[in-house]
Amino acid sequence: MADVAVQHGTAQVYEPSLFGTYSKKIGMWLFLLSDSLTFGALLFAYTYGRVSAPNWPTPFHSESIRNATLMTAFLLTSSLTMVLAVRAAVDRRPKAQLGYLLATMACGIAFVILHGKEWSNLIAEGLTLPVFPTVPGHHGSKEFMDVAGTVPQFAATFFGLTGMHMLHVTLGVIYLGVIALRRKFIPILLGLWLVAWLATPAYSPFHYGAHVLLVGAIVCSVILWLKPKMYDSGDVEVAGLYWHFVDLVWMFIFPLVYLMSTKIV
Amino acid sequence: MEADQVALVEQVAEQHRHHPVGQFFWVWGGLLILTGIEVYLGYQNLEPARMLSMLMGLSIIKAGLIIAYFMHMKFELTRMRWITMGSLVFCLAMMLVFLPDAFRLLHLGVGAR
Repeated sequence: MADVAVQHGTAQVYEPSLFGTYSKKIGMWLFLLSDSLTFGALLFAYTYGRVSAPNWPTPFHSESIRNATLMTAFLLTSSLTMVLAVRAAVDRRPKAQLGYLLATMACGIAFVILHGKEWSNLIAEGLTLPVFPTVPGHHGSKEFMDVAGTVPQFAATFFGLTGMHMLHVTLGVIYLGVIALRRKFIPILLGLWLVAWLATPAYSPFHYGAHVLLVGAIVCSVILWLKPKMYDSGDVEVAGLYWHFVDLVWMFIFPLVYLMSTKIV
Repeated sequence: MEADQVALVEQVAEQHRHHPVGQFFWVWGGLLILTGIEVYLGYQNLEPARMLSMLMGLSIIKAGLIIAYFMHMKFELTRMRWITMGSLVFCLAMMLVFLPDAFRLLHLGVGAR
């Protein structure tokens, strides 16, 4: 095609894009399509368990629902700030772009902290997995111990689904950090890792989960070392696609996992 | 980056510049309201299957809004919209083929044929 174009002396050297957009964006869409099948399978497994078990527990008190609603509001707001960051990028307003990206990351971090708090409370109450260490000096409540005993798939699907999502949000924050701050983000990420690791007790799953930040810092360092560049509006838009996807998935997890298991008194 | 990719990035950026920013705030407000309705429904003592269908209906509307406006899909080429969304819906629908089995377990028990 290129040869033909050159022979005819036209400026259109390259074949036009079939989808009217750049390759990175198409690549991200393909990744998101595959990732949506991962979450689709997990959500399907949860729905299957929910429908087929007549004694499915409803352990989420109003405190949990309030917490999850607040988390949803944080994610929705982060999507708004993300789309404003993309707009600032295409309008070539770097300060506004940086501000909106940092606001998006702050909402994401607030989401992860609230979710971590929720997990820790549930684990302390007795809704746990065999792989999680026991909380010393805490026996949990009978209600949650019963749930773990009678419908073990509840805890397995709950922690599997929400844990996978939390991992995606964490990676999204790292991704946005790299786009916003580039190399300056690496020491910040290492600082966050140290805080998350040292501030959580040894029996908490987050004590080990915090190492995701260390792995993220290593991978980002390699990427930034191998391919240092100034990120353009396309990079911000592609990062935004990933972030909106994380928000989108939560729009299904929140009603399925929390609202379908609300304790009505 | 290749010259054609640079040109395409600029072409997409130009599309973004024509979208009024206010629409994003409307979508955000709509999503928050839909979330409020979902929470309200969560406290209604409905039958699980009915509750599930209502909540999933609202979630699909929310997902549609996010994909269309925040993820810019509404403004993509028609073929891009159909190929991405068509394949996604098809694959997810194929998973649902197995869902009736969950109702079998619920109504007939594990040992039923």
